[in-house]
Amino acid sequence: MSDRELRVSKIRNGTVVDHITAGQALNVLAILGIDADSGETVSVGMRVPSDRLGSKDIVKVEGRELSQDEVDVLSLIAPAATINIVQEFDVVKKHRVERPEEVVGVLSCPNRHCITTEDEPVESRFDVLDDGIRCTYCDTIVRDSIAEQIDVA
Amino acid sequence: MRHDHIISAKQLSRADIEAVLDRAAEVAADPDAFADRHENALLGLCFFEPSTRTKMSFTAAAKRLGGDVVDMGTVESSSVKKGESLADTVRVVEGYADALVLRHPSEGSAQMASEFVDVPLINAGDGAGQHPTQTLLDLYTIRESAGFDDLTIGIMGDLKYGRTVHSLAHALTNFDADQHFISPESLQLPRSVRYDLHEEGASIREHTELDPVLPELDVLYVTRIQAERFPDESEYRAIAGEYQIDTTTLEAARDDLTVMHPLPRVDEIAHEIDDTDYAHYFQQAHNGVPVRMALLDLVLGGEQ
Repeated sequence: MSDRELRVSKIRNGTVVDHITAGQALNVLAILGIDADSGETVSVGMRVPSDRLGSKDIVKVEGRELSQDEVDVLSLIAPAATINIVQEFDVVKKHRVERPEEVVGVLSCPNRHCITTEDEPVESRFDVLDDGIRCTYCDTIVRDSIAEQIDVA
Repeated sequence: MRHDHIISAKQLSRADIEAVLDRAAEVAADPDAFADRHENALLGLCFFEPSTRTKMSFTAAAKRLGGDVVDMGTVESSSVKKGESLADTVRVVEGYADALVLRHPSEGSAQMASEFVDVPLINAGDGAGQHPTQTLLDLYTIRESAGFDDLTIGIMGDLKYGRTVHSLAHALTNFDADQHFISPESLQLPRSVRYDLHEEGASIREHTELDPVLPELDVLYVTRIQAERFPDESEYRAIAGEYQIDTTTLEAARDDLTVMHPLPRVDEIAHEIDDTDYAHYFQQAHNGVPVRMALLDLVLGGEQ
């Protein structure tokens, strides 16, 4: 894509999450805990043309370097995502997301009888399976609707 | 075996299970030898749901080991009524007891509670999740009556919500057992249990009718189908009726079939079966005491 077509401006310092599965950008922000009140400068591109994916979403977060743990959770909804850490307009680090072994917090259990959905001092925790995730507490398996379990509370 | 907590049948290896069952057999053979084994030990009972058998048999087990229980009482009469969290309740009660027994309506409650306490915590049923001590007494009963070699077992009734079924199915993957699951389609095994059985490479088959599989069975484990699982009473009656057994049903069974039930039953096993050699469910309930004595003995450090 040439600069003339650039829909999302470059950032000076921060993180670019690229090659997000089209349509998942807002879920990516939710996973990263970024909302209207969180203060970061954020650019979002949705369904922009991509050589690799046909179309993709892209998220740029100014002033924040995401950790590997944070971005690994993204692999559940955007397995092809790439992460660029930017300093002074240059990409200084580039990595792909890797499926984590477990996800703590971030997602909520869809089983309404699960103890993690009650008013207890416990975070949700999911083991990551080959084809889904599984609540460590109640064993509920989620396969197709992981994005729906993002805890935006 | 020295598990800090007994949360799920999944955590129990064949060696763990056999250690409990062997110890239970020792207890049953000579209960007096265990009478002072845990003098002064106190078992904290935290039952957030009604229970008769489980609570009474844990109490009997603690007392027959020379110990005693401290009981939170009913939820209505406790601080839970004032809005106390489960995490706080168990943290308080662990200061009163050497081990805790928890029954709670939420799935995963025992796992969570165990993360807040240092004394051993025993899951006595977490919602539709697990009930590992029931499984141990079920396994003890199976070993005594049918043995585990080339075992063919049918598990019938509410397989979706029945926690005793989930625990038992997991535990049986440790043994050379063919498991047949017989239920209405709406009450088949949940995805999570099926996943685990598949992962363990267990031999399982699912059926909607008992008749075709009955002649093969060494053990038939019957569970109650509850009316509240169905949208209306007539549908419940029609479906539940297909999973009731009587002496006529059992004419097709082997003479040495062992019929089990975690109890309470309603009408899924006709009373006329009670006096036949098939009936093992009362013995199964009685086995709860030696098995829970054995488990407490091991959890409280009986091997030392």
